[in-house]
Amino acid sequence: MTYFIAKRLLQSVFVMLAVAFIAFSLFRFVGDPVSQMTGVETSLADQARLRAELGLDDPLLQQFYRFSNNLLQGEFGYSYRTRQPVGQMIVERIPATIELGVVALVISLLVGIPAGVYTALKPNSFFSQGLLLTTLVGVSVPTFVIGIMLIFLFGVQLGWLPTFGRGGTLNLGAWETSLLTVDGWKSLVLPALTLGVYQLTLTMRLVRAEMMEVMQSDYIRFATARGISYRRLHYRHGLSNTLVPVITIIGLQFGGVVAFSIVTESVFQWPGLGLLFLESIRFVDIPVMGVYLVLIALFFVVINLIVDLLYAVIDPRLRVQKAV
Amino acid sequence: MSTLLHIENLGVTFPSRHGEFQALSAVDLQVQRGQIHGLVGQSGAGKSTIGAAVIGLLSAPGYVSSGQLILDGLDLRSLSPVQAHELRGDRISMIFQDPQTSLNPLMTVEQQLIETIQSHRDLDDDAARVRAVELLTETGIENASVRIKAYPHQFSGGMRQRVVIALAICTDPELIIADEPTTALDVAVQSQVLDLIKDLARRRDIGFLLITHDIGVIAQVADVVTVLRDGKLIEHGPTEQVLQNPSESYTQSLMAAVPRLDKKLARFLNPEETSELDPDISLQRAPTDRGEMAEEWLMAGVAREASSLRADNITVKFAGQRQSLWRRPEPFVALKNVSVEARAAKVLGIVGESGSGKSTLAKVITGLIKPHGGTLSLDGQQLPTGKTRSRNHPSRRWVQMVFQDPYSSLNARHRIGDILAEPLQHFSLETDATKRRQLVQATLELVGLDAGQIDRYPHQFSGGQRQRIAIARALLARPKVLLCDEPTSALDVSIQAQVLNLLKDLQAQFGLTIIFISHNLAVVRQMADDIVVLRNGQVVESGDSELFFSQPSAEYSKELLALTPSAFSS
Repeated sequence: MTYFIAKRLLQSVFVMLAVAFIAFSLFRFVGDPVSQMTGVETSLADQARLRAELGLDDPLLQQFYRFSNNLLQGEFGYSYRTRQPVGQMIVERIPATIELGVVALVISLLVGIPAGVYTALKPNSFFSQGLLLTTLVGVSVPTFVIGIMLIFLFGVQLGWLPTFGRGGTLNLGAWETSLLTVDGWKSLVLPALTLGVYQLTLTMRLVRAEMMEVMQSDYIRFATARGISYRRLHYRHGLSNTLVPVITIIGLQFGGVVAFSIVTESVFQWPGLGLLFLESIRFVDIPVMGVYLVLIALFFVVINLIVDLLYAVIDPRLRVQKAV
Repeated sequence: MSTLLHIENLGVTFPSRHGEFQALSAVDLQVQRGQIHGLVGQSGAGKSTIGAAVIGLLSAPGYVSSGQLILDGLDLRSLSPVQAHELRGDRISMIFQDPQTSLNPLMTVEQQLIETIQSHRDLDDDAARVRAVELLTETGIENASVRIKAYPHQFSGGMRQRVVIALAICTDPELIIADEPTTALDVAVQSQVLDLIKDLARRRDIGFLLITHDIGVIAQVADVVTVLRDGKLIEHGPTEQVLQNPSESYTQSLMAAVPRLDKKLARFLNPEETSELDPDISLQRAPTDRGEMAEEWLMAGVAREASSLRADNITVKFAGQRQSLWRRPEPFVALKNVSVEARAAKVLGIVGESGSGKSTLAKVITGLIKPHGGTLSLDGQQLPTGKTRSRNHPSRRWVQMVFQDPYSSLNARHRIGDILAEPLQHFSLETDATKRRQLVQATLELVGLDAGQIDRYPHQFSGGQRQRIAIARALLARPKVLLCDEPTSALDVSIQAQVLNLLKDLQAQFGLTIIFISHNLAVVRQMADDIVVLRNGQVVESGDSELFFSQPSAEYSKELLALTPSAFSS
């Protein structure tokens, strides 16, 4: 197990290096950094001086080394657009995106798993069929359409919920949270729902498919023949055995939800990373885009590592190998 | 003894789109307390359906359509679903075939036992645990109080089946339905598990309904036996009487198809009854014109002198499980200095328990694995091993293989004609497409299939027919050596007899050199001229087959022979 984790960590380092290189290339080769930083009135001599100061004349590898080293020390450079340090901009935006992603995930699990179990155990019931059909609509319609429909219904027609922003937030140290105020929650519900619908459907269908397969397995038949209560059969024996593949997909999906919450954030004007990224693209703010790229890669790598560790928690075959 | 289970006129129906399928009709049987009641029959005979009907777990949409099921005065058909579920485990329990899959892999043995005990008895955790340890000890697991904490995967196959049995008896059931309880086990373990079942029946007065296709198992433990065919009861009576003096012709033919451990027969008797299901067009009967054509073609290919294959000092190691970050894992030695020789035009039998290295040896011979040491030679010519044997090396054609599972060894999306034409095309044996097709049709007839079925897909054939197709495919490469890895272990006895007959005929006719791998000693006796016994990757004994069966020299071989259940008392 230790060996396995060590191997995974080493692989992660290579992934991060590769992504850092892409981010570096973006910074170095997409357009000329100096001409983007300076105006037309800067003399050529000044430009050359700036170029030398920034180390842009150094060999490529040395520049990459400096770039990665700065990243590691938390020196992310300055935004072209706002002139603020990129690190600070990202830190301010992270809480909003993480909270949105986590709430969306929780919604999708709380609804998706029970719904998956139900539709697996009663595949022919009217309610199951209805559920499957509705959620199919849920994934077929693009996220922004769902968002706009929700805004129209709950924000405009009924006027129950706000349609943009984070509402009331509280500061817990550096973390700005909207989870502690009623107003914050009100603002969170619609975007989280919009973001969670796709994952909810995926979770439900995956749990359903896995569960139907597990319920056919020999150990379930044997447990039934031993007269174990149906509730334990379904949850203790059935559901826990469906979790390994479900966790893989949910983990990867969660990475995707957080990384690409761009559409939802833009529909609801949610001040998170996605919106920042969108603004940065509009202004070709390459330092921000580069850091965003590295950050998202790190996020995926960490999630994958957690998923691998969860396997071992769930499945004893990965944990204990020794025969007794 | 008193009657525990009384089944009368039982009928089970499976409705389907094509009308109703009667899985069982008019079955009567009785199980006494403390008695082991054997149920035999081929796959599809309805053996397992009886078990499922008794415990109330018929797979949907099947239902009991007629008859009575009475457990000690209680009418099982009158129970509500809730009552029936309460009865399961409490009074009727079940043992399944494969101990690898019948335990929940995510729960410890302790959790599963305690859970089952508490489902039926009002005991607290500690009392249930004490009881669980007692049960494991009773079923022959040493050091039970420690090992109970382990997960199923930490037990070996035989030990797992003991855990399964402990789970089945932990609530003191009166009746246990054992569905092929030893089919997935090696002979030595099989005999221990059967002893345990016998012991439980005597000591605890449990009635067993033992479902199996293995007549040897029935002969070893069953008190009475019922023979089923196509959902109908054929014959029943005391085991001795039914097996020794079967009164029905079907039972007689079934017995004739069982490979005998005590003597070698030239051919199996052709079970008449099954011929209507799977016509056995044997070579002894006048072959058709087409069949003759295939024969001539094959003869032309093998008309040279027959080939012999030698493997010398083969050693194979696999990477072991890494235990530490810093130490290299200990390699697992699958084969250690194994030398075998398949003499020209003879059948070499290779026997051994699972994990003995039989299949690894087959993979070495076919060049799928590169051994760490040793040499292979065909007719004195050294063969390159593993990947060093190039894709177009002629021995890739000379050595052909027939696999165990005919369901997965044929590409399900290719037509039979294409599957069989492949070797002809691939090895450029026949370049003309029309001739290829004729040859394929001819070979189909040679192996006893209808040439008109050439455009069908594999799923349209039965298991035995598929194995014939697999054999035909191997033959069409004009092989010098045919390697059969457990070719009949997935088949019913009468089908097995047909396939073995076919192999014998082909061997006699074309002078093929065959390497026949099996865990079933009785089957090997019927086939082999020479024999090699493998254990833990080493050769225990080798030599003439008949001599081996009459006078085994190694201690292990004697044990193996003694443990193999035989349907025939010698």
